[in-house]
Amino acid sequence: MNVHEYQAKEILRAHGVNVQRGEVASTPDEAEAIARKLGCPMYMVKAQIHAGGRGKGGGVKLATSPEEVRAHAEAILGMQLVTHQTGPEGKLVREVLVAEANEIEKELYLGMVIDRDSSRVVIMSSEEGGVDIEEVAANRPEKIIKETVEPAVGLPPFQARKLAYGLGLPQTLIPKATQLMMALYDAFIACDCSLAEINPLAITETDGGQDLVALDAKLNFDDNALWRHEDIEAMRDPHEEDARELEAGKSGLSYISLDGNIGCMVNGAGLAMSTMDLIKLHGGEPANFLDVGGSATTETVTHAFRLILADEKVKAVLVNIFGGIMQCDVIANGIIEAVKQMDLKVPLVVRLEGTNVELGKQILADSGLNLIAADGLSEAAQKAVEVAGNQ
Amino acid sequence: MSILVNKDTTVVVQGITGRSGRFHTQQCVAYGTKVVSGVTPGRGGSDVDGIPVYDTVAEAVAQTGAEASVIFVPARFNAADSIMEAADAEVRLVVCITEGIPTLDMVKAKRFLAGKSTRLIGPNCPGVITPGECKMGIMPGYIHRPGKIGIVSRSGTLTYEAVDQVTKLGLGQSTCVGIGGDPVIGTDFVDVLAMFEADAYTEAVIMIGEIGGTAEETAAEFVRENMTKPVVSFIAGQTAPPGKRMGHAGAIISGGHGTAAEKIEALKAAGIAVADSPATIGETLVKALENR
Repeated sequence: MNVHEYQAKEILRAHGVNVQRGEVASTPDEAEAIARKLGCPMYMVKAQIHAGGRGKGGGVKLATSPEEVRAHAEAILGMQLVTHQTGPEGKLVREVLVAEANEIEKELYLGMVIDRDSSRVVIMSSEEGGVDIEEVAANRPEKIIKETVEPAVGLPPFQARKLAYGLGLPQTLIPKATQLMMALYDAFIACDCSLAEINPLAITETDGGQDLVALDAKLNFDDNALWRHEDIEAMRDPHEEDARELEAGKSGLSYISLDGNIGCMVNGAGLAMSTMDLIKLHGGEPANFLDVGGSATTETVTHAFRLILADEKVKAVLVNIFGGIMQCDVIANGIIEAVKQMDLKVPLVVRLEGTNVELGKQILADSGLNLIAADGLSEAAQKAVEVAGNQ
Repeated sequence: MSILVNKDTTVVVQGITGRSGRFHTQQCVAYGTKVVSGVTPGRGGSDVDGIPVYDTVAEAVAQTGAEASVIFVPARFNAADSIMEAADAEVRLVVCITEGIPTLDMVKAKRFLAGKSTRLIGPNCPGVITPGECKMGIMPGYIHRPGKIGIVSRSGTLTYEAVDQVTKLGLGQSTCVGIGGDPVIGTDFVDVLAMFEADAYTEAVIMIGEIGGTAEETAAEFVRENMTKPVVSFIAGQTAPPGKRMGHAGAIISGGHGTAAEKIEALKAAGIAVADSPATIGETLVKALENR
């Protein structure tokens, strides 16, 4: 799960990370009021959508007065912001973050992920911040320094210092950097993050000397751990998520909507991905990824059908089940129940294999429903592509 | 011969009193697995279908001599804790079926296992089966047949497809290992490939990967340098869009890495035959055996 920049900053601030001052606004009035409250020489107005590249797309503006903040907020709120991560249709901006614009001396990068190879949290930092870190990683890997965290110990000060000195920070900022990195690690662990990024982490010039401030923040959370973080779950912005994907999650289904016209219902993630691949191999396009899981019942199968058929692009449905735990007769009954309830208007291709397969096939054959039975993976995909093309 | 489990393996089931724990225990017993005990804290002294239940794994091991554990404890009942408990009781092999364990819990559990002799398979996997001898997991037993093909996979039902094809070709399997679809797992492709290479009975290996991470690339490197037996492969998710998590917590293309195309290229460069379609895994294997 993702959250907005302003939410990520709230979380990090609560864990002791020095974050740029600012608040979120959903109207120009609110934006202006926040600016007056902040009372600083320069402001930033930043569109809040779940995508990077907002600056280039015109979603981030500088202002020198609360009136100008208001004007920018008027322009940005309600705009359809297009960035390299939103797709050509862009995303509607509903909120802006109004923040203090700092005098920036240098932009750094700080990130944390769970590294699969070491099975541990890895911290990455680079003095080339503010830019696309993937580009730095690809072309100047020596510019990224890493530390792997021992889970039983956590992030000790010496490792944070190693990173801080590695960034070439002046001595006065070393204690601040160490504290900030340890606070970020605390937040990462406490919130079950899967990714945390501060880009840029800025060295700023203030009256009191140099400071280290998180100007942007990105947090991703482990979906498997959200049940123990109600506060984070409450930050979910339904506007940023596909309505059907949200709906699917609620009923324990894993659904991803795609652009094609063949709806897929499969058990198991690997088989579901392979079914998409097969459809494509036979010249069709899948409308979705849908894993009904290992212990689906008639209710979940019915629910899965509803999700698939709610997509108007769908011209045919392919059910591909290898019943192991899930028995084919249960699936067959689920299919019949669902089809009866929903007045199916598109052709349905069914391929069953596994436990109780003969019984399952018999149930389908006896149902009197108009469905196309297929033996084997290839035949199923071929038939689905064929009937979708005829629609 | 086989790897990891055989007809003599004695098994304790953690989470045996749960609905799915009980059901799958019955299935494993029916297959011939020697399930000697179960564990559910607070249910010690009772039994499930005649199998004695203990409060702790340590007690179950002491009383029944179980050498391997299979875990059906749901994620919300702290399955990562169950993994550590099994390792603490010095169980040789832990197979964790549970899906949905928070990744940071697994980071801790894996750290706990470091330096211990316990091998963890999974989590979020179908388990391990040596056909005709021992089933520790949720796979449908009847599609398997004793034979000489080793199968290792990140996926569940897709593994059943491969097993089914191998069986229908009359070949059979030595052992099938589901390593799980999560980012942090106990045993990776390389560990299992090394076991199959060392197993005198296994003649060839099917490796089923999917998008996300670099496990397949690392395995390809290992095969090139260390394997004498033929290895064939299939990678799921060739058409998956970047940035979308495909069911498994580990199956995501991020930052342009972990794509099926990259993996297939690495596998082919290592001399591994890669099936274009999940329907032709068996055929690809037969060709590889002929070309040996």
